[in-house]
Amino acid sequence: MRYGWLKIAILAAACAAALAPELRAEALAVRNCNWCHGGAKGYSPAPRLAGQRPLYIEKELLSFRWHTRDNPFSRQYMWGAAANLSPETARDLAMYFSAQPTKAASDGDPGLAAMGENIYQQGLPEENIVACVACHGPNAEGVGSIPRLSGLSFAYLRRRLEQWAEGYHAAAGPPMPSIASKLPPEVVAALASYLSFVK
Amino acid sequence: MDAEITRLKSYRSSAAFRLGPRSVLPAIVIAALCAVPGRAGAMERGPRGDVQAKLGYCMDCHGLSAEGYHGYYPIPRLAGQQPEYLENQLRAFAEHRRTNNIMFNVAHSLSPSMVASLAAHFKGLNPGPIGGGPHDRVGQGRAIFQDGVPDSNIAACSACHGPEATGYGEIPRLAGQLYPYLINKLTNWDKERGQIRSRPDTSAIMSPIAHSLNRSQIEAVAAYLSYQR
Repeated sequence: MRYGWLKIAILAAACAAALAPELRAEALAVRNCNWCHGGAKGYSPAPRLAGQRPLYIEKELLSFRWHTRDNPFSRQYMWGAAANLSPETARDLAMYFSAQPTKAASDGDPGLAAMGENIYQQGLPEENIVACVACHGPNAEGVGSIPRLSGLSFAYLRRRLEQWAEGYHAAAGPPMPSIASKLPPEVVAALASYLSFVK
Repeated sequence: MDAEITRLKSYRSSAAFRLGPRSVLPAIVIAALCAVPGRAGAMERGPRGDVQAKLGYCMDCHGLSAEGYHGYYPIPRLAGQQPEYLENQLRAFAEHRRTNNIMFNVAHSLSPSMVASLAAHFKGLNPGPIGGGPHDRVGQGRAIFQDGVPDSNIAACSACHGPEATGYGEIPRLAGQLYPYLINKLTNWDKERGQIRSRPDTSAIMSPIAHSLNRSQIEAVAAYLSYQR
């Protein structure tokens, strides 16, 4: 009887360990990540993760750990959040979020969406701005470690695109720092608007 | 030269015609950009500045040393490519003889002298290959590339592309090309190239060869080439 609490604790730990990784990831995600990343309507500085490429999520979680993704919100929130994540947990979380159904954020300016689609699909060759579709895919679904852009909010996309030109995320390597720093504000607003309406 | 310029102008007008209202939007954006002093104009102007800016544009997709890039679509290596081949392909994109929406838009915005400058630059680059093919197919691929497949009447690739796969004139360099790009091209040859039947081009030479190669042979050759320096 003296060790009753210990037995209960051991039993609880055994149960937790026996949970399938996807259930553990879901529990962890619901408890920790979704405060900021989950279902937020309107303005949210945290990006949607539903349907995101698992390799991209893993890569970003590592970049928070290594402090190479260095914009203010990353420093403030994600450096701490990712500091003690094991590679296995990072992979489980990535698999969990990538399997969630996608949804358009639809918070951009509908009047700019057509211009944004045009630039996304064709680029602006005269201005040396490349077509996003070449790497991010026809429905902005991403591939491998190249992120999905559809489903992200206007606010997040615009801020992210502005940050490349401000010198953040430089460690992500080519080509995005070079591409994004050429984009004038009108183009950023048009692209972010268009993408916010893509599911 | 005049004939060349007239032809280029006609590509541009035909492009605007084909794209219809969709092409008006970027035109508006460009006009807006040009109207703001010190933004678009901030970059170094003059012929050299223009070439540098355009090179940066090419490399945003094709890689910092033009080694190619594994995007949603495989983006080919241009480093070490034969200038004549590059010029031919850019013309083919602009004339819709080779179908590719992205490269169509790129190609019809380039002047012949710009193409020549870019092609000369790419010829001089020699980064290592980014490969991507399965290592265990390289041996079989080397045999096909160097000796062909006599039983299937497939000529040795090296006969035209050179023993080092570096190409010659209008015949492209294949060494170091991306594995998925090579597979994509060889399996879609007639859907992508020589699209104006009344005006056959050099792509007709490869057509029967691409057809004769089966999937496994294509993968083997692509694997071999993806590691060639």
